[in-house]
Amino acid sequence: MTVVTRSISAISEPPVVRFGTPVVAPPKRQWSVLVWFSYFWIALVVFLAIFASALPIPSIDEVVGPPRQPPQLGSLDTLLGTDGTGRSMLSRLIYGGQVSLVVGTVSALGGVLVGTALGLFAGYFRKGVDWSVTLVADVLLSFPALVLLLAITSIFSPSVPTLLVGLALTSTPTFIRLARANTMAWSSREFVRAARNMGASDSRILLREILPNVVPTIAAYLPLVIAALIVAEGSLSFLGLGVPPPTPSWGGMINAGATEMRTSPYLVFVPATVLFLTVFALNQAGEHLRLRFDRTLHD
Amino acid sequence: MWANAARRLSYALLVILLVTIGVQALMAMAPGSVAEVILGEAATPDAVAAMNAQLGYDRPFIVQYLDWLFSALQGDLGVSPITHIPVMDAIMQRLPVTIELAVLALSIALIVAVPLAVLSATFPNRPLDRGINGVTSAFLSIPAFVAGPVLVYLFAVTMKSLPALGWTPITDDVGENLRGAILPALAVALTEIAAFHRVLRADLIGTLREDYVSAARAKGMSRSYVMFRHAFRPSSFSLLTISGLSLARLIGGTIIVESLFVLPGIGQLISTSIIQRDVVTVQGVVAFIAIGFVVINMVVDLGYGIIDPRVRRAPVSKKSSTTANTPGKAVSA
Repeated sequence: MTVVTRSISAISEPPVVRFGTPVVAPPKRQWSVLVWFSYFWIALVVFLAIFASALPIPSIDEVVGPPRQPPQLGSLDTLLGTDGTGRSMLSRLIYGGQVSLVVGTVSALGGVLVGTALGLFAGYFRKGVDWSVTLVADVLLSFPALVLLLAITSIFSPSVPTLLVGLALTSTPTFIRLARANTMAWSSREFVRAARNMGASDSRILLREILPNVVPTIAAYLPLVIAALIVAEGSLSFLGLGVPPPTPSWGGMINAGATEMRTSPYLVFVPATVLFLTVFALNQAGEHLRLRFDRTLHD
Repeated sequence: MWANAARRLSYALLVILLVTIGVQALMAMAPGSVAEVILGEAATPDAVAAMNAQLGYDRPFIVQYLDWLFSALQGDLGVSPITHIPVMDAIMQRLPVTIELAVLALSIALIVAVPLAVLSATFPNRPLDRGINGVTSAFLSIPAFVAGPVLVYLFAVTMKSLPALGWTPITDDVGENLRGAILPALAVALTEIAAFHRVLRADLIGTLREDYVSAARAKGMSRSYVMFRHAFRPSSFSLLTISGLSLARLIGGTIIVESLFVLPGIGQLISTSIIQRDVVTVQGVVAFIAIGFVVINMVVDLGYGIIDPRVRRAPVSKKSSTTANTPGKAVSA
């Protein structure tokens, strides 16, 4: 799972007015059906995750019927079927969503805080600060994310705090680079120079002039990063190294279902569909937000 | 160009040095020690201390690190205290499987993504382009651990055309080997297809707006000739970067598919050694992968100069601008 963006070098060139060239109209990104659906799905998942305990669904370890019952209408308990021990897939999915969303969001926010601070310093002070911050980002990026996560979970036993720290660490370099590139772009603008000439301190320029302009861009990337982190958490759970067992997780459910694929494929297909839709929705929403708020793409 | 290459090389060496220090520090922070793992839970504190002293784990951090570094420079990453196999041998034994998977996945992704991107860029924002975009953005949201079981269900359970697990070494039977490798490679290639398509499409559309493309068209060259002879090469730089970066993601992805398809690769080595708490092996493999990744990225950086003469003549610090907006490699699985 990845965050893919266009290369900045293509955009930073000054706009050249050409005559006679057929200009390809920039894609009109309106609120298409997909984007509507994405926001709806995200709202639904968030709603279910928040009000999970208030919903009329069985608890995660309650046996509601015979094991491996396929999805069926009629009863809410077995709406999405039952798993290998007869527990309700629906409630396990909802509670698993809780875990995925919390882990994804909290660690992304951690990454945002650290990454933005470092990126701001690097982009604003340049020189030595920039060099060392870029070095830190490069070092963090030399570990493939999953390998870094595996190493961390192998050393400190798998638990939610370990996961949070590990995932935040893997998302930090993304935000360092984003914040750095944006800070560089903004700090050469006239209003920043004006503020400096009026005698504003570095901290004032950083916090009052540059940060408010950098925040929208970074916020626009959040859904994309959250999606990537949800996938990373799912991958770890799939390997049995994510959230410890009694707590359900989407990756863990897919892993458990994969062994019974031949007899009851829905054990994989149901959680896989939910995970796919959530990641897809977050990606679509992120793309939509990014095109609106990422200034580096416009000027 | 050579000065540029030398600068890149020294920077890469610095990154590698810091990476290995990081790995060593991470292992030093681990609660418990290797000796406790070897001796089991019933071991007396004295026995553990003696074992630690014997293995050299009671020395100061910096001494341990330098010791590890100098043996690593000689290709010795230590001996696993659990399996008693030298870590380097274990890696070398499994490396071909992982490399084959990664290369196969990369080839699949390129073979699928390049024609799609050319189609998209030829008819930008038309229904065909939108359709392709829709499909690839769906691919982008299918992680390997979702794609793997679904592909197994489609091809191994329902159609019974490909094996669901197992690995035949390529030296035994090339056909069998490919039959076993194609599903896992496809599972990790899906996200790469989407990434490659996006990047190449955006760059191609940009290049096709250049004046020299209009000039070539005005001279009466055909659309496809201009596309492949004039537009393709200058548009392929971002694709090159992202293929280098995607190798890191592919390594992450192969850990997943190797565990799902039971393939004897690096990923399986790392996950089994994590479960056995074999810290020495984990450390060796993580350092090995990280170094490999730094080297691949450096080669990709230098590769720019080979396909793009503009970089060769003006060694501006292109690195910061090309990597600044590819946070793709930051989060991957």
